[in-house]
Amino acid sequence: MLIDIHHLNKRYITSEGEFFALKDINITVHEGEFICLLGPSGCGKSTLLNAIAGFSLPTSGTILINGEQNTAKTPGPDRGMVFQEYALFPWMTVAQNISFGLEIKNVPTEEINSKVESLLQQLNLYAFRASYPKDLSGGMRQRVAIARVLALDSPIMLMDEPFGALDALTRQTLQDELLNLWAKFHKTIIFVTHSIDESIYLADRVLVMSYRPGTIKQDIRINLERPRDTTCAEFNTLKRELTQSIMEEHARANA
Amino acid sequence: MSVHLSGSAKNLLDQARGLFIPLLVLIIWQGVTANGWVNPHILPSPLKVVMKWWEYLMPLTPYQEGGYFTWLVSGELIQDAYASLFRVIGGFAMGTAIALPLGLLMGANRQVYSLLNPLFQLLRPIPPIAYIPLAILWFGLGNPPAFFLISMGAFFPVLMNTIAGVKNVDSIYLRVARNLGAGKFTTFTRIIVPAAMPYILTGMRIGMGTAFIVVIVAEMIAVNNGLGYRILEAREYMWSDKIIAGMFTIGLFGLGIDGIMNLLNNHLLRWRSGIDQR
Repeated sequence: MLIDIHHLNKRYITSEGEFFALKDINITVHEGEFICLLGPSGCGKSTLLNAIAGFSLPTSGTILINGEQNTAKTPGPDRGMVFQEYALFPWMTVAQNISFGLEIKNVPTEEINSKVESLLQQLNLYAFRASYPKDLSGGMRQRVAIARVLALDSPIMLMDEPFGALDALTRQTLQDELLNLWAKFHKTIIFVTHSIDESIYLADRVLVMSYRPGTIKQDIRINLERPRDTTCAEFNTLKRELTQSIMEEHARANA
Repeated sequence: MSVHLSGSAKNLLDQARGLFIPLLVLIIWQGVTANGWVNPHILPSPLKVVMKWWEYLMPLTPYQEGGYFTWLVSGELIQDAYASLFRVIGGFAMGTAIALPLGLLMGANRQVYSLLNPLFQLLRPIPPIAYIPLAILWFGLGNPPAFFLISMGAFFPVLMNTIAGVKNVDSIYLRVARNLGAGKFTTFTRIIVPAAMPYILTGMRIGMGTAFIVVIVAEMIAVNNGLGYRILEAREYMWSDKIIAGMFTIGLFGLGIDGIMNLLNNHLLRWRSGIDQR
């Protein structure tokens, strides 16, 4: 197992009293798994992702990365993160954005160049290598953000609603590209989304989260063969089941 | 019904429209002065200003021997402009050289900020011009007090904007940098400084504007050459045409410097999406 989470709690104290953003979370993620964290907004799925990334420390409980307890206490390139708002460095070109992480690691220049070039080719970004992010579409920007993480060879990819801001068609294209990259680079992916369709289409396992306290409500294995047909009966059965579960939480969130 | 014009034709039309008001002012000015409606000592005609300008520009003595170029630039205006420009650039460079690193440090480090900020907040409202008496007392007359005053003028805008620029760096860039494994030094040089660059350049542009105001005032009081000195000197002889010629020279210089700053700005911030850079 690659990521092992035991009895994880995250408590916030606000003017309205204290509440548990995360309560008694126990998850085991195996190497090469594609996990989707699904839940309504405010259920703590991003909080959980940030805890794994090392951006915010939990109140109690442990996160083991490869059996190591200290890893998750600071952010690092072994857990590359892709953000919904792309978060590309606007003053760097596409190629510079991708090579930045490698330059930090003091990788030799020729190696950086060949690696960046190959990623640019694989993600259909080669023609835009000298462009600045402002000149790219949303889909292109997210490809660069993915390439930036791939360049680091991180075994784990953390994705925080990465396709949330994209139009439906671009989103679908990127979902397929992501699945290809996932298979090709043997990544372990934790992918946060509030789209039920997206989670069933992508994941090996969908973890449904509840709203306040944030717990893992369901852990559903998706046994459909890829590429998945979003119109088939099994897909829709799962969708009905998950929709009901999510709507309960959504109703509580808006009560 | 509207007529569709191509982009370049529209541009030309815009420029022609821009010339309309200045030309109108010039015509009225000429009309009013040529008829003797106003005292020429109070307001000379534009023609007289241009003639004086030419005289001010040309060498004082006819060409005799030696370097032709040296003779050509021996005119009063060129000497004055050179002296003023030298002061502005020197003073601005000194002020910026201190303010920029200090601002980066104060923006990035809370302790340094809380240590120095009260002092700067206290000094900042004092206009650089108010330092003139002290500057003369400390440095006497000539270039030293001028450099001091001009650098004071450039110092605060650059400092304040640099601090604001560093403090306003979007935290998501810092998170990404940490996630990619960047250390403190790399994060500072490759993330914080470029992210703060729009603010820094704005500060430099404002600082240059202030430096330009201060150089003229400083020359009127503490120095005896330069464009500021010359227009004050001209008043003593009631040469209103020379005053106006000097003022226009100052204006053109300011325009030129701002244009250069703007080019620098557009080049360094070419990664930015802005309305004027489409």
